Amino acid sequence: MSLIVLDTVVGGYGGAPILNGVSMAIDKSDIGVVVGPNGAGKSTTLKAIFGLLKVTGGSILFKGKEIANSLPDRLVPMGLSFVPQEKNVFTSMSVNENLEMGAFTRRDDFSDTLAWVYDMFPPLKDKRRQPAGELSGGQRQMVAMGRALMSKPDLLMLDEPSAGLSPRYVIEIFETIVSVNKAGVGILMVEQNARQALGFASKGFVLASGQNRFTGTGAELLADPDVAKSFLGG
Amino acid sequence: MDELIFFINRVLISGTVLGSIYALGAIGVTLVFGILRFAHFAHGDMMTMGAFTAFVLASAFAAMGFSAPVPIAFIVLPLAMAITALLALGIDKGFYAPLRDRGAKPVTLLIASIGVTLMIQGLIRLIFGSSTRQMYVAGEAKDIFRIDMSWAGGTRPISITEPQVLMFAVTFLAVLALHFFLTRSRLGKAMRAMADNAALAQVSGINTQLVVVVTWVIAGSLACLAGTMLALDVALMPDLAFNIVLPIFAAAIVGGLGHAYGAIVGGFLIAFAETLAVFNWTAVLRPLNTILPEGWALPPNLALVPTEYKLTVAFIILVVTLLVRPTGIFKGAST
Amino acid sequence: MNAVAAPRKEPNPVRRAVLLFAAMFVLVVGLGYVQGTASIGLLLVQAFAYALIALGLNIQWGYGGLFNFAIMGFLMVGGASVVFVSFPVNMSFWNSDGPLLLGRALIAFLIGVALVFAARRADRIGIRGRWKTALTVLAWFVAYIIYRSQIDPAAAYIEANAGFVGGLGLHPVLGWVFGGLLAALIAWWMGRICLGLRTDYLAIATIGISEILRALIKNMDWLTRGTAAVAPLPWPTPIPQDFQANGVPIAESFIYARFGFLALLIAVLAVVFVLVQRAYGGPWGRMMRAIRDNHIAAASMGKNVTGRQIELFVLGSVLMGVGGAILVTFNQIFDPSGYQPINHTFLVWVMVIVGGAGNNWGVLIGALLIYIVWVISDPIAQLLFQGLSGWTSAIGWGAIPEIDSRALQMRVFVLGAVIALALRFAPRGLIPERTGEARR
Repeated sequence: MSLIVLDTVVGGYGGAPILNGVSMAIDKSDIGVVVGPNGAGKSTTLKAIFGLLKVTGGSILFKGKEIANSLPDRLVPMGLSFVPQEKNVFTSMSVNENLEMGAFTRRDDFSDTLAWVYDMFPPLKDKRRQPAGELSGGQRQMVAMGRALMSKPDLLMLDEPSAGLSPRYVIEIFETIVSVNKAGVGILMVEQNARQALGFASKGFVLASGQNRFTGTGAELLADPDVAKSFLGG
Repeated sequence: MDELIFFINRVLISGTVLGSIYALGAIGVTLVFGILRFAHFAHGDMMTMGAFTAFVLASAFAAMGFSAPVPIAFIVLPLAMAITALLALGIDKGFYAPLRDRGAKPVTLLIASIGVTLMIQGLIRLIFGSSTRQMYVAGEAKDIFRIDMSWAGGTRPISITEPQVLMFAVTFLAVLALHFFLTRSRLGKAMRAMADNAALAQVSGINTQLVVVVTWVIAGSLACLAGTMLALDVALMPDLAFNIVLPIFAAAIVGGLGHAYGAIVGGFLIAFAETLAVFNWTAVLRPLNTILPEGWALPPNLALVPTEYKLTVAFIILVVTLLVRPTGIFKGAST
Repeated sequence: MNAVAAPRKEPNPVRRAVLLFAAMFVLVVGLGYVQGTASIGLLLVQAFAYALIALGLNIQWGYGGLFNFAIMGFLMVGGASVVFVSFPVNMSFWNSDGPLLLGRALIAFLIGVALVFAARRADRIGIRGRWKTALTVLAWFVAYIIYRSQIDPAAAYIEANAGFVGGLGLHPVLGWVFGGLLAALIAWWMGRICLGLRTDYLAIATIGISEILRALIKNMDWLTRGTAAVAPLPWPTPIPQDFQANGVPIAESFIYARFGFLALLIAVLAVVFVLVQRAYGGPWGRMMRAIRDNHIAAASMGKNVTGRQIELFVLGSVLMGVGGAILVTFNQIFDPSGYQPINHTFLVWVMVIVGGAGNNWGVLIGALLIYIVWVISDPIAQLLFQGLSGWTSAIGWGAIPEIDSRALQMRVFVLGAVIALALRFAPRGLIPERTGEARR
């Protein structure tokens, strides 16, 4: 049984639906990458899973339970975590406090998770007392991911983790994502750097107009001439 | 020496008293703004409501034959604070939460809070009448401590009243407790997180409803604390705090809306600005008359602003701050 | 899905308005029957004066989305203006040294203005940044000291020798006009400095300025006689005593006089209403609503947003100044200590919210309704209290003390409850603004 299964999900912000039937399935061992043109509903899919907009049709099963329209304070304890694209750190709070906020829903001792996150993102260790707002873009992205990992999720969702980062950091972030996945966390991410991301994706989804267009492994999609022509810029 | 004593009595002590009240009020205003994003105008009347709650409890305790070395109204404070916090939660449930759930703009909530202001004011006067009362129930006396200064050559004592001493103590404790709450506790950090970035707080799984409840509990209980201490120092009247809600807003804005520490600094800043502006400097500088040449004697009144404009000082600071630095004097408001 | 939403079933606004006005008419006639024609005249004059003021707020808030919590301040400015223009000339002031001393204070004031102005231009001679700020603050301080050094003795002299400046003895209607002009000037200055602020900050800033205006008018005894109050002020129409002099019985003289005043007021209101209503439908009103609903888009289309907003703010405030002047003329007394934000600023806000921001007919009915509710909650509360008091005495708890002063507070509670209920259950008011044109 897959970790999360989306079955023809329909949803939007109250007006005309943005998602017109999106389906996907991700396992704990997967890195799923969602690509597609602007306005295809990539970020909207992640937000729909996370209860940030109204799902009006279809179903979302997480660990076999229906979670459509559940709010984050229920989803996070279930093992779901989300890194928004923008404004994804608490700028006035220290790095350490940012990470603690990620563990808000946990009532157990999370010091080992904290140590694990600092191991995953060594640059943060020296800046743990510094306000997150003073960090560079790449380091902020690390804080954001670290925060999301603090709840020990089974599925980590990332909305364009590489947006606005310099190429060096993009590689670093992608490498971290792969190693997070190796540590047993399923990944579902939206990416603009489609070629690069599909390169390490175990599952790829091409969306257009709120619907699935192509689905396959990352390698398959990269090799598909139709995908390459329409969505990967030739 | 007497001049210095006069200065201590008139500026240092009364400025600190006023500053404590402003600071406690402004913390509530600033927290509510930080979490709920609207200017809660009814905060002054929440203070009055808290003071009346303490008064009713104190009268009831006194009627049961209870007495203590400190004013009963002070003893019942924890209970009064709890009741005011509950009332604050009730007001939120009844008037603000439905508007929030509808996605109303902050300005609609601001107008709603004016409605709440009027209702509280009307109710208090309907129930208690408009007379002025003493918070010292059942014939308690307001102690005045006079610190003899003759050892330093002063002829007059430094005088400070019992409620003022208590006020300094509880303000200090409240600020300290708030500091530890915000920096050490899980919920306190969650509050700061939500004030910083409400959307991300929600995404992190922080129970935002719970944070809202905690905010009202803190704002309500601090309002009760401030109102009761103010009423103990002056007297209990229905417009006790409505008159100072603007200086409190001035304090919160000067400190940067949403910043608890800024509110404390802002409170004392506004209070001392008011106190110093109406202070008659001749009283302190009079010894200079002996060395000043003939005809250059200091005028009998050398205050920067006439006393009747005391509150106006706060309004001017408020307006100037809004125009020059609406984010407050400290850097980086996160709005 | 349901992208093409079914048209919302809204009651026909015109029929609704007609019904509401008919109900209002019945209410007023009924009240007149109970309370007497003279007191209904009193109530109507004040209600219509508030309607004029509420139209002013509707221009600002309804048309432009501009927050103004300074209504009380503008009413006071209007009141002080009408005192200055229409109160009889005070010869003991003009024959004293008062004018001379005031002239010197005026010169000191102008010197102060020049100093501040010069300091703000200091960058022209190379003083910049921190130094310029320091210089500006210093200039303000020096200007303040210079002005105080002249105005304080002048004020003390006038208060001691002549009481206060007195008036110019001109026609009250000129006083209304002057009230409007002065309000316009202050509104222009306020708009220049405040309108860039976010809405909630603007609310707080305007209420701060309103309180500053109140403190000034209340404490400038030499100009306004302060808390000692000025009375009696002349009317533009015959006062009851004029009718009595012609042999009209006292009771009827009040009816004639008040309805005479009412006729003049309704004429003023009608002219203003037609102008404001036409402006709303015209290109100017459309532009204003465009700015209100999306000022960024309007600005990107080349509209001077701030300039237009200042226009609205000034226009609305003129009506407030005139309305404040009319109220003071009608009451024949100007008492600065009688002004309170609750009674003046918030009452008008409730009128606009309940009536329907953006719709002048709605605001008109809201003003009349809320003023009547405001006035009659006191006697109704008295009746309630008396009933309650009889009951408490009967069961041995004793009668309720101070019924009068408590009952007076009922209206504050009712006002607050009306705001809260209206925002929750009828946020768009009794007669909502018609926003449908664009869709049809």
